[in-house]
Amino acid sequence: MASGLMQGKRGLIMGLANDKSIAWGIAQALAAEGAELAFSYQGEALKKRVGPLANELGSDFIVECDVGDEASMDALFATLAERWDNLDFVVHAIGFSDKSELRGRYVDTSRANFAMSMDISVYSFTAIAQRAEKMMNNGGSMLTLTYYGAEKVMPHYNVMGVAKAALEASVRYLAEDLGKDGIRVNAISAGTIKTLAASGIGDFRYIMKWNQYNSPLRRTVDQSEVGKSALYLLSDLSSGVTGEVHHVDAGYHVVGMKAVDAPDISKT
Amino acid sequence: MSDVEDRVKKIVVEHLGVEEEKVTENASFIDDLGADSLDTVELVMAFEEEFGIEIPDDAAETIQTFGDAVKFIKEAQ
Repeated sequence: MASGLMQGKRGLIMGLANDKSIAWGIAQALAAEGAELAFSYQGEALKKRVGPLANELGSDFIVECDVGDEASMDALFATLAERWDNLDFVVHAIGFSDKSELRGRYVDTSRANFAMSMDISVYSFTAIAQRAEKMMNNGGSMLTLTYYGAEKVMPHYNVMGVAKAALEASVRYLAEDLGKDGIRVNAISAGTIKTLAASGIGDFRYIMKWNQYNSPLRRTVDQSEVGKSALYLLSDLSSGVTGEVHHVDAGYHVVGMKAVDAPDISKT
Repeated sequence: MSDVEDRVKKIVVEHLGVEEEKVTENASFIDDLGADSLDTVELVMAFEEEFGIEIPDDAAETIQTFGDAVKFIKEAQ
């Protein structure tokens, strides 16, 4: 353990929900390499889940935070600063949209849900960067999660695709702003994984199957694989990498059409 | 008791941390077994995984009790 890649590094994980979360795969990979972790959660239902998971990784540092509220964000970072004099990394695994608009047509998106999806899924990462920057005295690494629906049209992903495109663009702008202080900002574009959040997306099982049949590796990825790539982006192994959107998707993003050997599948 | 009932009961007991005797035909996940809104989504996901079936949202909303879950899964198989 003494030689762990993350030994002596402290970081904040935002957006852990349960043991199916991508954030859980990331937290496990970081803890295994010696990282000291804090977790933020929103609301009692999530607190109940995050507490035991944090304990499992030897952390008792869990803090409530509503990323839609400036005062709550300030309070989170004040609490962090009370206990830690330095922050090395942040993982942002947060997104939100009204479930009823994650099916049907994008063109029908309401103004209210568009604004909320952008606020919670996109602006929150910038709001975190503003505050985390001040605690990253020796440089640092920030990571967010995105999806291929930012680049290409995916069924039902709708306003989240537009939000993820904005999130990816903000990764590039943040990388430029914070690079001078040795702070790196990257994103992982994860393949389809059945998480609590994914359960809000229409026809998700069909989308999973399609990815499994048509990705170059002929399978989907799991939380631990995203965790391993996150470890790379959050550790010194990627010291020369910033502004990057790294695909951990079994290669799906390079594919132009259905694999010849893929079976025809129907939705039902 | 059928195999489906046993397997559903095992998932409910483990997930919600309730006593097996409380998981009866008409036991409501939320009102009787203390489930919160995330628990209900997690239970549906666990049923899907265990039985290799898909439970669409509109169907998931009708699964309120242990009996509802068993009935839906038996019909879906």
